[in-house]
Amino acid sequence: MFLVPDVVVRFFHRMASPPHFYSFTERLMPWLVAIFVLLTAAGLYGGLYLAPADYQQGDSYRIIYIHVPSAWMSLFIYVVMAIAGAIGLIWRIKLAEIVAISSAPIGASFTFIALSTGSLWGKPMWGTWWVWDARLTSELILLFLYLGVIGLYGAIDDKRVASKAVAILALVGVVNIPVIHYSVEWWNTLHQGPTVTKMDKPSIHVSMLIPLLLMALSFKFYYLIALLQRTRLELLRRERNSQWVKTMVLENK
Amino acid sequence: MTMQEFFAMGGYAFYVWTSYGLTLLVLLANVIIPVSQRKQFFSQSLKRKR
Repeated sequence: MFLVPDVVVRFFHRMASPPHFYSFTERLMPWLVAIFVLLTAAGLYGGLYLAPADYQQGDSYRIIYIHVPSAWMSLFIYVVMAIAGAIGLIWRIKLAEIVAISSAPIGASFTFIALSTGSLWGKPMWGTWWVWDARLTSELILLFLYLGVIGLYGAIDDKRVASKAVAILALVGVVNIPVIHYSVEWWNTLHQGPTVTKMDKPSIHVSMLIPLLLMALSFKFYYLIALLQRTRLELLRRERNSQWVKTMVLENK
Repeated sequence: MTMQEFFAMGGYAFYVWTSYGLTLLVLLANVIIPVSQRKQFFSQSLKRKR
């Protein structure tokens, strides 16, 4: 720990305390929402209005500005969930357990968005809503993993035990993540290959790339906002018998 | 570009706007649900106190 500055260590120690976390995130929220709104407005303006139509796909490609960031988020959130679950499993940090389970519905939502907008893009471009290829199937499995995590957590009454079970399920499911990422390279598929995350130059024009990256960043902030909302709710429920929650209830905040 | 052209999306209006509408609904729900449940938590725990 000697490599980490003292200020950072103290920050994390304080954040692990539920009442501090609760009031700090309340003050943080308006800033997060402001940044999210700015990024989304700029991203949508660039993507839907400024960027030209694709020379092959016409205007249908504009679905990319939500489809691709959602698909990235579906993988990103899963990894966050698994890491937070592992931290909770090893060090029994309550807040890590709560971050893990609070991530699941948001990750499931982004997976659902990626699948359904992909379908809405596939219909006019491929001529079909769905194919059972590697990319689509592994992404569908990701949705089931998220739903499995949510269901398992709900099925166990003792939430500390539930968090352990959920963390193990999430960790086992991590094997699916590289499969999804590399599926378009490992198997022949209708799904187009990667255009942004390639080793050489991305095969997408700057006027299309910038709004895409703005939307990707905006979705990161959205995740933070939605995650904090769920985390604070779960924190209140778990800590409902502690003094700080009782005081807050009486003050009706 | 006119307003009409913008909303027509080169003939792909249904696919593009359904995608964006669906995304908006799902993302809104993910914030509204926890916020309203938190309000519920406070009003219910207050009732139990009294």
